[in-house]
Amino acid sequence: MAQTVLNLKSKAAAPTSWKTWLGVVPFFLFAILFLVLPSLRLFTASFTDPNGSFTLDNIIQLFSEPFIVNAYKLSIQISAVTALGGGILGFLLAYSVTVGGLPKPLRSILITFSGVASNFAGVPLAFAFVATLGRQGFITHILRDYLGIDMYDAGFNLYSFAGLSLVYMYFQFPLMVLIMAPALDGLKREWREAAENLGASTTQYWLRVALPILLPSILGAMILLFGNAFGAYATAYALTGGRIGIVTIQIGAQIRGDVLYNPGLGYAMAIGMVVIMAFSLAGYSWLQAKTERWLK
Amino acid sequence: MKIMSRLRTFPFWSWLWFIIGALYFLLPLLATFEFSLSWDPEVPLKAYQRAFEDNDFWETFLYSNMLAVATIIASIILIVPTAYWIRLRLPQARRIVEFITLLPFVVPAIILVFGLIRIYSAPVNLPFTDFRLMQPLTNFKAGTNILIVAGYMVLAMPYMYRSVDTGLRTVDIGTLTEAAQSLGANWFTIITRIILPNIRSALLSGALLTFAIVVGEVTLASFLGVDAFGPYLFLLGQHRAYEPAALSFVSFLLTWFAMGMIQLVTGGQGQAAGAH
Repeated sequence: MAQTVLNLKSKAAAPTSWKTWLGVVPFFLFAILFLVLPSLRLFTASFTDPNGSFTLDNIIQLFSEPFIVNAYKLSIQISAVTALGGGILGFLLAYSVTVGGLPKPLRSILITFSGVASNFAGVPLAFAFVATLGRQGFITHILRDYLGIDMYDAGFNLYSFAGLSLVYMYFQFPLMVLIMAPALDGLKREWREAAENLGASTTQYWLRVALPILLPSILGAMILLFGNAFGAYATAYALTGGRIGIVTIQIGAQIRGDVLYNPGLGYAMAIGMVVIMAFSLAGYSWLQAKTERWLK
Repeated sequence: MKIMSRLRTFPFWSWLWFIIGALYFLLPLLATFEFSLSWDPEVPLKAYQRAFEDNDFWETFLYSNMLAVATIIASIILIVPTAYWIRLRLPQARRIVEFITLLPFVVPAIILVFGLIRIYSAPVNLPFTDFRLMQPLTNFKAGTNILIVAGYMVLAMPYMYRSVDTGLRTVDIGTLTEAAQSLGANWFTIITRIILPNIRSALLSGALLTFAIVVGEVTLASFLGVDAFGPYLFLLGQHRAYEPAALSFVSFLLTWFAMGMIQLVTGGQGQAAGAH
């Protein structure tokens, strides 16, 4: 029955003339020329051997060549660590200004600041951290002069995995704040009251009601953070000058000059990255759709 | 008694998280500012003076601003009519267009520039022949400019499209269009005189976000060999200490300005971009 109603409806609507589609041709043309074709080119090139015939070698080497496997491992590790760290800190911050009982004006300050910080990346961000945590940095000095702690003697190095993670966190947790603040706003006061009337403690309310509702949203946001860090290039390059071999840095080296001595492998590396980014975006949208069942 | 109950409701943990977050935000900025002032105790602003005296700074900075303006104008010309048309006549295209506007999240800047270079460093021939229509875009100045603006349009597309589409949602474009048409307006007039003024604040917020992405962008600019502000700052950092700190602080103020303006014009949520 519902089926026939739907059919009738679609028959009643006037068919769209092909002329109507002309209105979106410029957009599609642009997208094809500057987004689809370049990506497609990398895709086809990663299945091509130096003689121009089809091959799966590049894709297979992606999983066997230690240089590439390590680059992916490092990128995945740094993205996961900063997504988790940035996610937790961002969530706690979003919590503190929404339902955490802090004064109202702090909220808009935090949201504006998060907008700025999540856009403040690349070269200036790297320089800012050199001035903060570098060998002659502000905090390094304070810790050494006033507390007698030498971070660099203790094994810390800004130009390492830990250092780069701290820098990435600067744009990671503000993004989490921007995503989570509206989600936390969606928690209805009635749910809390209902839980309290039934005798639940605050801990019980959070563990049994609020967190399960927020979980898809939190996970989705963290996946987005993962992709955010995974695709980052300028910040890492400006900070370490290419000494930390994450995937984006290695792809950059491959563009400048064929460091892998195999162009096809370089293309495959780029496509592998697109695949991971696509998975993270798909995961995010799927979880976001789940969230909307409760939080509108 | 009163103090006790206030203590009990005092959101200790919230304050703690907030202070940690605030320190994370502010310490690097404070450190950069402090460092930029420490060159010469006699002349605290020496780093800023030196940085602004450099002709290359002004050239690259103005150039980046021009690229930003070109990107914003071209994006508006491309996206406003598209989003308008989809809302008015072609809702079937909504899903596919929205999907395309999300693609830049999947194709990071480094991959985009890789693909752009591979495609446009080859001459454009008439299909299936050796007849050359155009030399490679990467070989001449205007060609590189086209490429980089197009690349920036792609990077800014998700934000621009979303801004414009949100702006259009609040306007009754069907009624406005019919009214304009019955008064004899053509499509060009409708878009420039009716639609654009009605989504001013959405356009402004999209434009400012694009500005924040483009000025200071490094990846596309350095690989396409464009003398923009981002690569300039990067190179400056290779052999100078104080000027880069000064300019980093200035870029932070610029980002702050752009985001603050967005907050003002939209009065609501901040947005996040992704030119990392």
